[in-house]
Amino acid sequence: MTALSIAIPGGIGAILAGLMFTLLRGDRKSAIDLAVHIFLAVVMAVFLAFLAAKAIDNPGGFLEILVGGLLSGVLYSLVALGFVLIFKASGVFNYAQGAMVLVAGLALVRSLDFLTASGVATVVAVPLAILFSGAVMALCAFVIEKWVLRPLLNQDGLTLFMSTIGATFVLEGLAQMVFGSEVYPLKLFPTDPMILLESVFPGGILVNKLDVWGGVIAGVLVAALALFFQYTKTGRALRAVADDHAAAQSVGIPISWIWFIVWLVAGIVALVAATVWGTKLGIQFSIVFLALKALPVLIIGGFTSVPGAIVGGLIVGAGEKLAELYIGELIGGGIEYWFAYVLALAVLLVRPQGLFGEKIIERI
Amino acid sequence: MLYRETGQFKSTYSADMGIFPLRQDRNALFVLLAFAFIGVPLLAHFHVWPFGSEYLLRAILLPFLILSMAAIGVNILIGYCGQISLGSGAFMAIGAYMAYKFGTGMPEIGLPPLPVLVSILLGGVCSALVGILFGIPSLRIKGLYLAVATLAAQFFFDWVFLRVAWFTNYAPSGSVSAPELNVFGWVVNEPLERYLLCLTFVTVFALIAKNLVRGNIGRQWMAIRDMDIAAELMGIRPFFAKLSAFAVSSFIVGVAGALWAFVYLGAWEPLAFSIDRSLQLLFMVIIGGLGSILGSFLGAGFILIVPIMLNLVPSELGVPLSTETISHLEFIIFGSLICFLLIKEPHGFARLVTLMKEKLRLWPFPY
Repeated sequence: MTALSIAIPGGIGAILAGLMFTLLRGDRKSAIDLAVHIFLAVVMAVFLAFLAAKAIDNPGGFLEILVGGLLSGVLYSLVALGFVLIFKASGVFNYAQGAMVLVAGLALVRSLDFLTASGVATVVAVPLAILFSGAVMALCAFVIEKWVLRPLLNQDGLTLFMSTIGATFVLEGLAQMVFGSEVYPLKLFPTDPMILLESVFPGGILVNKLDVWGGVIAGVLVAALALFFQYTKTGRALRAVADDHAAAQSVGIPISWIWFIVWLVAGIVALVAATVWGTKLGIQFSIVFLALKALPVLIIGGFTSVPGAIVGGLIVGAGEKLAELYIGELIGGGIEYWFAYVLALAVLLVRPQGLFGEKIIERI
Repeated sequence: MLYRETGQFKSTYSADMGIFPLRQDRNALFVLLAFAFIGVPLLAHFHVWPFGSEYLLRAILLPFLILSMAAIGVNILIGYCGQISLGSGAFMAIGAYMAYKFGTGMPEIGLPPLPVLVSILLGGVCSALVGILFGIPSLRIKGLYLAVATLAAQFFFDWVFLRVAWFTNYAPSGSVSAPELNVFGWVVNEPLERYLLCLTFVTVFALIAKNLVRGNIGRQWMAIRDMDIAAELMGIRPFFAKLSAFAVSSFIVGVAGALWAFVYLGAWEPLAFSIDRSLQLLFMVIIGGLGSILGSFLGAGFILIVPIMLNLVPSELGVPLSTETISHLEFIIFGSLICFLLIKEPHGFARLVTLMKEKLRLWPFPY
């Protein structure tokens, strides 16, 4: 490393540490809090400085990993988005989101296989299969709302959370029994790699086309959701319910209908996640573990914030890829497995409500 | 008629504050303990059905006892102190692996292999220390946020025990086996002996837990659970109360983990303490009843036995189903059963027992 590549990241790190320190001074409470903040600021500064040093050493390679990480983070964002929608509207911490991705994916891939096997042209088969899996998700939403959530109205968050774990078991078992439990490849998007910015960096940046497709689709989905929430009657009702259940109900918004809609929207988000994820790795049981990866994303972004879910997913995606490559080689690999959680823990210590969440105010 | 307090007068404060103020409750407990300690071994010795089969002792009673103990630990944290933890599996793993390290000695720091009993307890102590560390976030966050924070412990330690070879004494396969179970010269080997060892542990720890939650510290935990800000205003230190709950809980869970590894599994790998284990323990305390020692036992029994039953029923009935279908059906029935129980009795089996006792007091003339 040249002197420059040490000095610049060192400076950046110091500035960041100082910045974080001043930012956090406002709401510090005790010596322990302060110590924790300083410790985290130093760790973060060192991490960022380290990354910066690596970036200066080999900008092309760094950018390649960064872009790859960001694009794979899009998937986390998609799953986290489903969580956030449901949590905002009904206060339910939905463990079943991962299982919903599995159900949607299995329904899609199996119906697609069935249609193509019976000689339907791909152009017709794909929309039909998507419609079918959408209907399956609607059925899921209906059943969960009617038989799990409505009887549990007004129970505390932990009970609701456990009931969604129960629902997860049912969904997993049912989906695998009906649609089969093998690995089903899904080919909806091109998966060949392409090379960007060849003129700037030697060798250019290698990006998978699928990841780019995933990014575009996620962008379109978020835009569509934003429009839906902002400009439709149902969307307004959804926002009202998210704000205050009782008040929304008192002005005549049918809560159970809204909850059905919200679970349906979450199901459709799951379907979109399943198309991208399935093209990448095939539809298989391990998809349910996506739900566990989405939890730290939520913590980082904030449980109640849609932009938070997006940004959190990107941070986790990029962070874990970079950490795996640059730190993993120092301490023995596999840190992708827990990096997101430790990052979430750090965020919790500094900003319990997440980067974009609303500040939690408690009254006696 | 059979179960009421009529005529049982308390003449001292200590009698009034007893764990079981009712004579009938006391007697029932003594009968249960006598059956567990003396009856089961006798029945097993004379091969009386169903206790004669090794299967019942090894595959049902042993895991039931150990997981009940872990559930008591989890219940202290979640049910009594209100701090949701999804990292119980990790604390079991810490107990198991540290007990293994103590049991096989650490030549790096000149520590000889310690007796099994001491290593198991030391495993619990290590687990308690890590529990305190991961309990620190609970001072700032609560509820499901805390659950995610404890998930960090789960995944981090999964990785540690998989990747850091020191914990497995550099075993190439990553799987380790427990040292000989030598308790004061008594080598525990037979399923029946293992059962008795675990039963002793569970009895002692259940008694300790019951007394802790009835005492000063338990009341502090419950105050924190019910409303932490109000508790703080009343002079309860959240720092001490929360971290002590984490310490006690992880200690019990850690000892249970060490027992699980040493006595039940014998040889194990990190997969034995995965996130599924944490969720299983969480189910046990929720289904059994939050804030109830008895509930921990009931929940553990239910969660453990239902899957076994579901697995046995189709083959017993002679229904021709593939193993795959059976395992899927198991998932479906288990999941719907959990939803059903949560809807019908959100306070768990412990509440049902309380209701039954209330009914029994008025029986047979409920007016």
